[in-house]
Amino acid sequence: MTDSRARVLARIRAAVADAPEPPAAARDYRTSHTAEDPAALLDLLHENLADYRAHVHRTAPDGLAGLIARLLAERGARTVVVPPGLPADWLAAAEAVRRTDEPRLTPYELDGVDAVVTGCAVAVAETGTLVLDGGPGQGRRALTLVPDLHLCVVRAPEQVVASVPLALPRLDPARPLTWISGPSATSDIELDRVEGVHGPRTLEVVLVTGR
Amino acid sequence: MRVALFVTCVNDAVFPSTGVATVRLLERLGVEVDFPAAQTCCGQPQFNTGYREEAVPLVRRTVRAFEGYDHVVVPSGSCAAMVRHHYGSFGAEVPGAAGLAPRVHELTEFLVDVLGVTDVGACFPHRVTYHPSCHGLRLLGLGERPRRLLESVKGLELVELPGAEECCGFGGTFAVKNPDVSAAMGADKIGNALATGAEVLCGADNSCLLHLGGMLSRQGAPLRALHLAEILASTEEEPWR
Amino acid sequence: MSGDERTTPPGPGPAFVGMPAFPEAARKAVGDATLRANLRHATHTIRDKRARAVAELDDWAALREAGKRIKDETLRHLDTYLLRLEEAVTAAGGTVHWAADAAEANRIVTELVKATGESEVVKVKSMATQEIGLNEHLEAEGIAAYETDLAELIVQLGRDRPSHILVPAIHRNRGEIRDIFREEMGSWGRPAPEGLADSPAELAEAARLHLREKFLRAKVGISGANFMVAETGTLVVVESEGNGRMCLTLPETLISVVGIEKVVPTWRDLEVFLQTLPRSSTAERMNPYTSMWTGTTDDDGPRSFHLVLLDNGRTTALADEVGRQALRCIRCSACLNVCPVYERAGGHAYGSVYPGPIGAILIPQLRGTASGVDASLPYASSLCGACYEVCPVAIDIPEVLVHLRGKVAGQGGHRPERAAVKASAWVLDHPGVLAAGERLASRTRALHPRRAPGPGIRRWTESRDLPEMPAEPFRDWWRKNRT
Repeated sequence: MTDSRARVLARIRAAVADAPEPPAAARDYRTSHTAEDPAALLDLLHENLADYRAHVHRTAPDGLAGLIARLLAERGARTVVVPPGLPADWLAAAEAVRRTDEPRLTPYELDGVDAVVTGCAVAVAETGTLVLDGGPGQGRRALTLVPDLHLCVVRAPEQVVASVPLALPRLDPARPLTWISGPSATSDIELDRVEGVHGPRTLEVVLVTGR
Repeated sequence: MRVALFVTCVNDAVFPSTGVATVRLLERLGVEVDFPAAQTCCGQPQFNTGYREEAVPLVRRTVRAFEGYDHVVVPSGSCAAMVRHHYGSFGAEVPGAAGLAPRVHELTEFLVDVLGVTDVGACFPHRVTYHPSCHGLRLLGLGERPRRLLESVKGLELVELPGAEECCGFGGTFAVKNPDVSAAMGADKIGNALATGAEVLCGADNSCLLHLGGMLSRQGAPLRALHLAEILASTEEEPWR
Repeated sequence: MSGDERTTPPGPGPAFVGMPAFPEAARKAVGDATLRANLRHATHTIRDKRARAVAELDDWAALREAGKRIKDETLRHLDTYLLRLEEAVTAAGGTVHWAADAAEANRIVTELVKATGESEVVKVKSMATQEIGLNEHLEAEGIAAYETDLAELIVQLGRDRPSHILVPAIHRNRGEIRDIFREEMGSWGRPAPEGLADSPAELAEAARLHLREKFLRAKVGISGANFMVAETGTLVVVESEGNGRMCLTLPETLISVVGIEKVVPTWRDLEVFLQTLPRSSTAERMNPYTSMWTGTTDDDGPRSFHLVLLDNGRTTALADEVGRQALRCIRCSACLNVCPVYERAGGHAYGSVYPGPIGAILIPQLRGTASGVDASLPYASSLCGACYEVCPVAIDIPEVLVHLRGKVAGQGGHRPERAAVKASAWVLDHPGVLAAGERLASRTRALHPRRAPGPGIRRWTESRDLPEMPAEPFRDWWRKNRT
């Protein structure tokens, strides 16, 4: 093993020994493709999430608990995973049975739960992407993967950025990150996109605006 | 203005009418045309097949043949692309190889960019579809030039070729090294051309037209392949064939 | 393991050994109407979508140039970045292994799996593990490796070979996939639902049900990675279905086998590739799921993480000043989708897990050009340049093809061709001789058949007539009319 390490490194050094120094990386691409208008950004996020078959809703903070309860009920979710640190009032009106992840739920137990409700770390408008970093109210990665319904709450405008270049600096690479753009999908049959494979087949996104 | 015609080896031997048409067209536009007799082949067939060394004498010959001309006009996108994109790499063996590159103009580039004309006073009352050969399209970036020239031809009805940007399958020695794939690509190109109902399949590269014309001839299809220069050379007074 | 005890479908035989040269394999594919229709439909669908997705970004050219330069800079200092990566991964709780070739990588992975005491693994789609034939190796060692990407599952259940980088089962249509699922799923796990129809949605649902039990019990996951960030030690897997997330998240042990060229220097560099890769591959603004992890994390995901860095010929490619640009590749497969040769010949004709234009320049560098199929790959292109045009890291594939042709032409088998090229070049360098030949051809033109014998000409005239020879060459017309 150590030998191969030395061998591969030696081969690399020999291979590029005479190679010229390439030109420095040019970063003259855009930081964002969108005007910095919070309302327009939110509209774009909404549109792009919906374009990839997420179901998008908007509410003021005082309507959040009612909306979550209604969406869970409409989808027939009788059980819901509550990640650590989820604001208690989000599920205040929900009738579904709460399952906490303490102690850690096994994959089989998770498979028996109907839904999960989380927040997110950041949302990217141009690509219709939600990024989860396992912070408070998000839980470990498996929680948003095994249940068939994921309901994700985005606080606007503070969690919404325009673009990928603006999202990366807000994320900590040391944390496990999951970028989610719509429900799971595949293009493997005739390169035709269909939604719903292994991840949650339904993604409900709630955009919370105002104070 | 005085220019040198680089007729190319394929046109010299197999399609002299394209060379004649280019001369007639340029002279009609007031250009004085020379034909340096030392010219033969640009070396592209050898170079692209992996025989760079064998291309060197031809590169040298081509560079010498066109010494002293500010403008060299080539009625072939792929030969123009060979000079423009690859002659620079022969600098060590052939001094002056890189210097020829900017002086070489594919015919439609010369007409549109150097002479600044799109209406060359041609008349060709036929239904025509245009195949933009790959090297003209992607290596030279001819873009809309051929189309603008064709659109200005009196009586000509230009019809869109579906899948126009897809390769016809010629590809030089590709046509004989991979004959089945090449023929399948050609058959699709011809199918698309026939579907337009055009009488003439026009191109700016006779090597592609050699392949497509050969397939059309074999099929007895009601469509003939013709170089753009021959359409542009055609006038009301002197119609081209 | 005897045949009765198999836990995964047997493969199609030794990987790509004894493949015919590209032209012969392509001849068969061209004659297969179903295959032609499947490929045409799929490639044309994605081609148009990609063009639209790319057109949404008005700075595409700048992103492409940035991607190219980041990769070039990385390759120039690959040793530095790999060491930095190793340090960061190790600091984050991972273990880094170095594999000089396929055999060593297979041995490392097998030992790691055996150390867990497990006899089955779930796999995320990975080109690197395909390249080294890991599944076959694990099977021989008594370890069942389940492919969980839908297309890989179709290939595995169909005892087939992949024919596309992104969509390995692109050569199969929905009806064929339904038949494979109905016949095979029951032998290796949960059977296909009764009365399974051929709609993509139902087929995807069948895969979901079949694989779920395997995900839930999995203790070992095996993946590749799209990117590795040297600065932070972060690995990135870009996917659509969620099978990747399952394999990266649920097992206790994760083993990632990644080519050494997949490293990028900084976290920030991802801002380029996360924009260019999804739009180039699946023509999406962003793929449904991207997972990023750095070593191991308490209470989230695998407790043990191993990174196997794979050379397997990459350093040979790196030593070639023209060919090394192939190592920029981010495996988007846009070049396959746009290639007119790939569309007609199909992926299997290329004789490797890397088909299409990128395969035609990568494989002869990774494996050399000793075999018939590998030596034929640089010629499997009309040099139309469509691949270069769509490549998100600006690999000049035609340039590398021509360069590799030069290498192949220097091998023994090309002596007669070289002699013929030399002879024709000599004639072309002697205009007097050339003109005499042209005149002779013109004078005897009435005698020329439109179909002719002789090896090169016969291949030409199988489907095309020879042109009618003109009355005189251009140079004679010029002499008579203008001098």
